[in-house]
Amino acid sequence: MPTVSVKRDLLFRALGRTYTDEEFDELCFEFGLELDEITSEKEIISKEQGDERAEGASDVILYKIDVPANRYDLLCLEGLVRGLQVFKERIKAPRYKRIKPNNGQIQRLIIMEETAEVRPYAVAAVLRNIKFSRARYDSFIELQEKLHQNICRRRALVAIGTHDLDTISGPFTYTAKPPSDIKFRALTQTKEHTACELMDLYKTDNHLKHFLHIIENKPLYPVIYDSNGVVLSMPPIINGDHSKITLKTRNVFIECTGTDLTKAKIVLDVIVTMFSEYCEKQFTVEAAEVIYPDGKSYTYPELAYRKEMVKADLINKQIGISETPANLAKLLTRMYLKSEVIGDGNQIEIEIPPTRADIIHACDIVEDAAIAYGYNNIQMTIPKTYTIANQLPLNKLTELLRHDLAAAGFTEALTFALCSQEDIADKLGMDISATKAVHIANPKTAEFQVARTTLLPGLLKTIAANRKMPLPLKLFEISDIVLKDSSRDVGARNHRHLCAVYYNKNPGFEVIHGLLDRIMQLLDVPFGEDKGYVIKAAEGPKMYVFCTLCPSLLIGRGLCFLPWSMC
Amino acid sequence: MADGPVAQLLLQRLEGGDGGLDSLELASALGLEHQVVVGAVKSLQALGEVIEAELRSTQRWELTPEGQETAQDGSHEARVFHSLPPEGLVQSELMKLPSGKVGFSKAMSNKWIRVDKNVPGGPRVFRAVDSVEDLVQAKLQLVQDGEAERLSEKERNELKKRKLLSEVTLKTYWVSKGSAFSTSISKQEAELSPEMISSGSWRDVKFKAYNFSAKGVIPEGGHLHPLMKVRTQFRQIFLEMGFTEMPTDNFIESSFWNFDALFQPQQHPARDQHDTFFLKDPAEALDFPMDYLQRVKLTHSQGGYGSQGYKYDWKLEEARKNLLRTHTTAASARALYRLAQQKPFSPAKYFSIDRVFRNETLDATHLAEFHQIEGVVADYGLTLGHLMGILKEFFTKLGITNVRFKPAYNPYTEPSMEIFSYHQGLKKWVEVGNSGVFRPEMLLPMGLPEGVSVIAWGLSLERPTMIKYGISNIRELVGHKVNLQMVYDSPLCRLDT
Repeated sequence: MPTVSVKRDLLFRALGRTYTDEEFDELCFEFGLELDEITSEKEIISKEQGDERAEGASDVILYKIDVPANRYDLLCLEGLVRGLQVFKERIKAPRYKRIKPNNGQIQRLIIMEETAEVRPYAVAAVLRNIKFSRARYDSFIELQEKLHQNICRRRALVAIGTHDLDTISGPFTYTAKPPSDIKFRALTQTKEHTACELMDLYKTDNHLKHFLHIIENKPLYPVIYDSNGVVLSMPPIINGDHSKITLKTRNVFIECTGTDLTKAKIVLDVIVTMFSEYCEKQFTVEAAEVIYPDGKSYTYPELAYRKEMVKADLINKQIGISETPANLAKLLTRMYLKSEVIGDGNQIEIEIPPTRADIIHACDIVEDAAIAYGYNNIQMTIPKTYTIANQLPLNKLTELLRHDLAAAGFTEALTFALCSQEDIADKLGMDISATKAVHIANPKTAEFQVARTTLLPGLLKTIAANRKMPLPLKLFEISDIVLKDSSRDVGARNHRHLCAVYYNKNPGFEVIHGLLDRIMQLLDVPFGEDKGYVIKAAEGPKMYVFCTLCPSLLIGRGLCFLPWSMC
Repeated sequence: MADGPVAQLLLQRLEGGDGGLDSLELASALGLEHQVVVGAVKSLQALGEVIEAELRSTQRWELTPEGQETAQDGSHEARVFHSLPPEGLVQSELMKLPSGKVGFSKAMSNKWIRVDKNVPGGPRVFRAVDSVEDLVQAKLQLVQDGEAERLSEKERNELKKRKLLSEVTLKTYWVSKGSAFSTSISKQEAELSPEMISSGSWRDVKFKAYNFSAKGVIPEGGHLHPLMKVRTQFRQIFLEMGFTEMPTDNFIESSFWNFDALFQPQQHPARDQHDTFFLKDPAEALDFPMDYLQRVKLTHSQGGYGSQGYKYDWKLEEARKNLLRTHTTAASARALYRLAQQKPFSPAKYFSIDRVFRNETLDATHLAEFHQIEGVVADYGLTLGHLMGILKEFFTKLGITNVRFKPAYNPYTEPSMEIFSYHQGLKKWVEVGNSGVFRPEMLLPMGLPEGVSVIAWGLSLERPTMIKYGISNIRELVGHKVNLQMVYDSPLCRLDT
């Protein structure tokens, strides 16, 4: 869940009133946000780097607000305020408009076919006559950062570049070139570098190093030039210094490049709807034209308003309320979904604005009606669904056995299903290739290399960690192990195992032997060759269990009734 | 042995004396171990009001065995010093002496000795001064003579750190006459015997009173793990509510069932290497219900069933990737798919409690694996109000009565709600579970009839268990580092009390 950090006083000024922390927390709760933390820059620094470093940092109060992962329109102060004000019916949702430039000269971005292999899509727009202040500028940068981290999936799907349009001149060309052929002064750099040099340079950059992998191994790197050959950006890594925006910038050219066109369009829509608030003509965005290698031309931002029709009955039925269509329309309008009753009086027409890309189905509309109604105002009822309960036979047996094993003096352990290769192979004197174990591709540590193929290592490790306890230790576990199994769709399946260990100064083989006999008794399996069970000596390491965690201790002779499936 | 000789002696002394007597003094006067006198005091106490005994404790400094040796033979460093001949000693030889290691470093820091490294035959140790004064020995001798108070606190603590001194608490009794004081006490029987019954002597025998301040003998037996005890209770609650258990016997799941079937797009961050354990072997799932898979693909990439879809290029390779399931909702998806294949549709209530896996950063409350509890109801005409109603009943059975609901976002439920409960201790609302109505984009491709809604909720098993048993570090609860004593001592799990 993304967290947006906003200055409290700035937020209250924009909301036109103040709240106590509790009141604001309550408002967030109702709207589906979470006031996660109340802090300040100073407090954050002192927590992370100590009091001394925090000296002199700002102690302006910050609200850290958790925003649902699909609400990109709430990722900045501007969007939060707009959403809450509409929710509280203090303002009407603004209508966003795409307009043609005054001089008729539309900005053009031409995509070359070289981009196809690395990053084929691009969209663009212009924010004309915008006025930045320090706070607005910071919010503008912060929003891009939040979008990059979330919907853009750390820039892999979409990367945003924003430029001072007055420093560059179109038409712009989006192409891809060998890294050695790309040379420009990147943002905050003092001199020009080739793309290869930049990639080296950023290997140690704490922020940028995470994005290098996206293009690192590609033969061609994406790059955008203006008509004079000035580099605007080398997406998704860095912008050029030449076109960087400042507090004085009045006209912003925005380009979003990516591998997912739908997401690029959403990202562009979010940025322009949020910040067109500060344009001379509020909530208008100047169109830009994007021309694809096949010659087709598209105009962005889309800023599409879509109409959906939902029956009032359906909303009422799915929530479990009985509001009039007019009331439902009002509720939806409070959620930034302008709605009205049409037709026979039961139909509601809902307009989905470009800010609400999360609305993709009627169920999303139903949820918004429920939020506006107030979840906690909904009458709770118990469904009439009549069913007879059943337990899984295997789990039922497990439950019964667990109790009797405890009654037999054994204590239940609960160990991890993941472990190291060593645990299930080397330490038990086996070769890993003989285990049928499933292997994990991306373990962060050796503890998560494989899924266990036997419960024994977990029990032995439990003993090793509890050597302070008085002897004897008698442990058991009934749980699942995992083995490869080509008859299953995923190529592996769980097996329910039972494992027990007796640990004492003397081997006490008869104790574990006796437990086995007791288990057979509980399972109603008689002793004997014909219809029952017999115990046979096994060759190899299984008869002796040697614990390598505490090599000085010989655990004793083990009775190995593993693998033994209970089903 | 109430009538033992020591007890008798004690009573006689009490009768003769005025006031009372000290158990330690009595022991030395009688030339006995103090414990013997204490035993006599306790046996007299057990008789009732014969004597009164007041427990007194005093602190005393005593030499440890090593301290006694030092007091007699000198400190390790002094012994090292004295063992050095004028021509010095090879360091490795010195180290073999009983006091070698400790003595060498102490003597070095005292500058009593020096090491010359440039001598043939290896580093050699020489005396650095002519004579030394062994203060450690002198101090310990003071303590031995009962004059520990002449040492400063700091000196005592230094010696304690060297494990030469230890502070012991001495418990003594101040004994005085009780209200039923008598020097002639009759023998008391501890237990009733068959002989007493057959002879009838039990009528005249005086029985010793039971000692209820001591604990009894804990019965031998095994113990169930607290997390599993809580699991049993959750199963019980679901069964009481008419829910049927779903099979969850596949920790290994395909991305298809874990994500795609739940309408979770292929670019979703949860599908990152950072969050999910993917498999190297077997790396891919091979078998899918292909017509269903086609419907899932279409719904993701183009929409349908009233949905806009996610409008991206859905890839089979991505869906094939095997992983360790990140939630048991994958098992629920399989169960719902099976339900959808049964015609005609019949309503269902399902539950499961089993392990799930996350490739996350570990801390005091997060492990790479945990247990997820999940409840699912499928029927025509289910509402959000039904979900809330059933959740209220479920949490009431857990002993949580004060709940409220917060709008939330889950990729596969809409509407979604987080369940919060008011925590009396923390004085705030805390999240106790997550819930929602499964999206039509998930249900309709499975083949469930239109109009059937599926409501579901989930929570972890570990969190309520940690709260219930007051455990703050999850490693003490789950895994091999568990404290078995905690398992032995953990009470029953009664969630609704």
